[in-house]
Amino acid sequence: MFRKILIANRGEIAARVIKTARKLGVATVAVYSEADAGAAHVCLADEAIAIGGPAPKDSYLRGDAIIQAALDTGAEAIHPGYGFLSENPDFVDAVEAAGLVFIGPSASAIRAMGLKDAAKALMSKAGVPVVPGYHGDNQDPEHLSGAADSIGYPVLIKAVAGGGGKGMRMVEHPSAFMAALKSAQGEAQTAFGNAAVLIEKFVEKPRHIEVQVFGDGSHAVHLFERDCSLQRRHQKVIEEAPAPGMTEEMRAAMGQAAVRAAEAIGYKGAGTVEFIVDGSEGLRPDRFWFMEMNTRLQVEHPVTEAITGIDLVEWQLRVASGESLPCAQSDLSITGHAFEARLYAEDVPAGFLPATGTLSHLRFADGCRADTGVRAGDTISPWYDPMIAKIITHGPTRGAALAQLTRALEETEVAGTVTNLSFLGALARHAGFAAGDVDTGLIGREIDALTAEGAVPPAVEALAVIAAAGLENGQGAGFSLWAPLRRPVPFEPVAVVEVEAPGRITVEIEGRRHLCERRADGWWVDGAKTGARFHTDAAAITVFTDRAWRFERVDPLASAGAETATDLTLAPMPGLVKAVFVTAGQEVAAGTPLAIMEAMKMEHTMLAARDGVVAEVLVTEGAQVEAGAALIRLEEEEA
Amino acid sequence: MKLSSSFMAGSEAAARNRAAHLDALAQIREAADMAAAGGGAAALERHLSRGKIAPRERVAGLLDPGSPFLEVGATAAHGMYDGAAPCAGVIAGIGRVHGQEVMVVANDATVKGGTYYPMTVKKHLRAQEIAEECALPCIYLVDSGGANLPNQDEVFPDRDHFGRIFYNQARMSAKGIPQIAVVMGSCTAGGAYVPAMSDVTIIVREQGTIFLAGPPLVKAATGEVVTAEDLGGGDVHTRLSGVADYLADNDAHALALARRAVSHLNRRKPQSVVWESPEEPAYDPEEILGVVPADLRTPYDIREVIARLVDGSRFDEFKPRFGETIVTGFAHVKGCPVGIIANNGVLFSEAAQKAAHFIELCSQRGTPLVFLQNITGFMVGRKYENEGIARHGAKMVTAVATTNVPKITMLVGGSFGAGNYGMAGRAYGPRFLWTWPNSRISVMGGEQAAGVLATVRREGIERKGGTWSPEEEAEFKRPTIEMFERQSHPLYASARLWDDGIVDPRKSRDVLALSLSASLCAPIEPTRFGVFRM
Repeated sequence: MFRKILIANRGEIAARVIKTARKLGVATVAVYSEADAGAAHVCLADEAIAIGGPAPKDSYLRGDAIIQAALDTGAEAIHPGYGFLSENPDFVDAVEAAGLVFIGPSASAIRAMGLKDAAKALMSKAGVPVVPGYHGDNQDPEHLSGAADSIGYPVLIKAVAGGGGKGMRMVEHPSAFMAALKSAQGEAQTAFGNAAVLIEKFVEKPRHIEVQVFGDGSHAVHLFERDCSLQRRHQKVIEEAPAPGMTEEMRAAMGQAAVRAAEAIGYKGAGTVEFIVDGSEGLRPDRFWFMEMNTRLQVEHPVTEAITGIDLVEWQLRVASGESLPCAQSDLSITGHAFEARLYAEDVPAGFLPATGTLSHLRFADGCRADTGVRAGDTISPWYDPMIAKIITHGPTRGAALAQLTRALEETEVAGTVTNLSFLGALARHAGFAAGDVDTGLIGREIDALTAEGAVPPAVEALAVIAAAGLENGQGAGFSLWAPLRRPVPFEPVAVVEVEAPGRITVEIEGRRHLCERRADGWWVDGAKTGARFHTDAAAITVFTDRAWRFERVDPLASAGAETATDLTLAPMPGLVKAVFVTAGQEVAAGTPLAIMEAMKMEHTMLAARDGVVAEVLVTEGAQVEAGAALIRLEEEEA
Repeated sequence: MKLSSSFMAGSEAAARNRAAHLDALAQIREAADMAAAGGGAAALERHLSRGKIAPRERVAGLLDPGSPFLEVGATAAHGMYDGAAPCAGVIAGIGRVHGQEVMVVANDATVKGGTYYPMTVKKHLRAQEIAEECALPCIYLVDSGGANLPNQDEVFPDRDHFGRIFYNQARMSAKGIPQIAVVMGSCTAGGAYVPAMSDVTIIVREQGTIFLAGPPLVKAATGEVVTAEDLGGGDVHTRLSGVADYLADNDAHALALARRAVSHLNRRKPQSVVWESPEEPAYDPEEILGVVPADLRTPYDIREVIARLVDGSRFDEFKPRFGETIVTGFAHVKGCPVGIIANNGVLFSEAAQKAAHFIELCSQRGTPLVFLQNITGFMVGRKYENEGIARHGAKMVTAVATTNVPKITMLVGGSFGAGNYGMAGRAYGPRFLWTWPNSRISVMGGEQAAGVLATVRREGIERKGGTWSPEEEAEFKRPTIEMFERQSHPLYASARLWDDGIVDPRKSRDVLALSLSASLCAPIEPTRFGVFRM
């Protein structure tokens, strides 16, 4: 085993690798960008080295700096995590050239799987089923169109060097082929610098099922499948293992195919063989086809760990340090069912835009595994993937694990940024998903229902008012001699609280009245227990119930009608007009110098109070004016 | 040390007492609700339609959420001016702003435009008096047309009339007691001096106005035609005249600015007493209603009340075996140490001496005094006059009058005659004087007064050789008895601000604690007693 390794990554995966390394007694070196100086993975590691600026190309993609850091700290091996340099064969070569161990497959294995068409050809040769398609070098549009005809519509156009859905187009009819091809090629050229595309059969009701494999360079085993069909625009949202509806026969077929794929390229380490599965008539052993192989540890590896009881990072370290496969295929089995949900800082209503912010509060549910690289107080910066955490649950049955996931999502508390939590929650409660009836189009079809914001429950709004008043902990006895005082609370919409006793408050919002009582087990509203928790900070109030409800604070000191700039510029004191810079009809911006006055031996520059057009210049240079005299008039603003 | 109660909650007497107290409370509550409703729904609607916040909500919005509000004169002017001035047209009381106790005085413009009736002036001055004695920052939420002209003779000229408001502001400011005005409506004529005399003034844009003479008077005097806003609006006063310091967008913004102003006062409450951790009484204060007899003439042990007011019902009774008709002793009310003086019968010489002794003790120690007043007077008769009950009573009155520790008086029963003086009645300057709904106050009982008058009358008739039948005598006495009954009622008393308000006996503990806390915002000066007649 290594004495010390360097982790060439950040965030949750760096934290995840450090955890296992620590368990094995392996010292860890973190690398970090300027934006990550105080990040969790830096704190967790034994040593940490700065490698450059916040942009990935200036830090986490700088292989030379990372290798130097490993050499400087005496690390023997480099764990690449996922993303960044994890599937870059040149980096692997450089690591090995520096006399270090790359914890992952060989450069040649990565290269073999890097180009999708070559990979498919290779797999086809190894007896792994591939989707009917054209993976050839002839990129002539007519030729490609002919290939599409022979495959049969609908077809998929995909960038050879692609990933993440870029340069991908689905074409339902030959008439649309040429336009789709052109746009796919253009996108591929921009994204990957390689316009080459391949054509594939488009699979109906496709499911994304992948097999976790592990090789030691000569032999490989598989650790069963994961179903990642819940995707939004090719981004996985919730993954699970095993796949719902999987049969032993099909599992064996897929597992063997995956092992063949890994052994065909002498695979070493953790990898994933992705298959597309036609789920239109249930899972059938003749209806899965090789898509691609990911030559790294996957984001969703924890669900496999949960059902197999195996620590995949431990296996990675052991195999990379020269050990053979820790166990044989026959030793592996599945226990229960597991789910993983990816929690992101995302603005769902705005179209899942990545969000940023400082996590003023962060709490995960008890009883789930939460893999995270951030802590309360950390900032989600615009530089990297806005993932907050992966929430993983494991139960004896799919139903139990899903119930746990639902509950874990409900109990997750994040404040300081918007998240996709309620979207995940809606998905976890989706009837089709619960029934195991999944395919990669599910989210797209149901997106409106899954992202419906839902009206704020009145009880939640009432409690938010109480928090806005600063009374959420039952402070304030609110004594009055007779009727309780009705206190307006800065809130939108306007609300009033009447404190009758400590923790006994009537809240009035838009004519609705709610009696809120704080009991030993939290707040009750109108006689119903809410179980609500609160997080408050200067900007917002978050009420956590089965999801987070965020309310922006209303600042009572904020002046609505900030000084409306007047049309007239007046002389501030008696003096001499030294210069006038503008003429009638001239457009000026706020802050433009209009004139200079000399008074009390000082020069005063008159600035335009707002943007506008000069209507009139009321003085001439050299004029002596009294205090308050009008100098310049701007045209009236249109209402 | 812990008092033990012999009260039987399930007894018929307790139920009777409770029912009577609840009746009395309902009457007071009705009066308080009427006062809180101000000028009524239509006037409030007009007020709100101008974008203003309701007067009471202004007060609440100024205070910390959940702050207590110890209202002063909650039923002032009740039944006066034909009901034209509910709550005397001004809301006053003590609450917390950024944790600091402050006195709020807020005009209710829904009541005759917030103009000052005689009781309005009296209430405003009483609030200022409390603020000055307790060193409480004053926040004036101004929305008033000034003096009520039909009553000008009773609000303008005298010492304790309108002008005294500004005198008080200047004197308090000189003592370092902050004066903050928030102009949320008119501030006309003399009223203009409220913001002008304040340390810090906030005015609401296009709503607050300050001028010595309004547009109609200006036009009459000089012919100048000018709008209220141009004459003395927020823009004018914050930009040109400097009469106001901060310009607010609206009521809510103005209140937020006032809160911010308080946050910058840089004041600290003196630590005059040693506070203990507050503790609830061992006996439920709710039971006070059953404990206290419905009929004032029925004697009961005042310790039953004390047991339901003080922390842990613990009472270190001083001199328990001497002068037993007055009960004295040390206790805590919500953590605040107090010396309690409570009547338990008619005052005799020994009781008066004991009370004087106890007041000396508390003054020496700087312990605030709480008077629980239920007194028919000093004992009368040759024996008592001859032994010098007046001399002993004078000791008690001297002690009460000259001690400098804060005194809080709670009128829990009768307050008749000289007993009122010895037990820190209004004339003896208690920081606060609160009354219970069952209390009665008059120079003597109505029966006694009518009896005195009847005796004089009978003597006159009989001197002239006439006769006076018992029926005639009863008829003669009736109006006097009725007058005393009416005038001794707490609503009658409170309407005239003979006290600071009527309280629900069950809330007495809170009222005492808040009164004590406010009182202790001012340092306790050392006491120098007058000459005690020995």
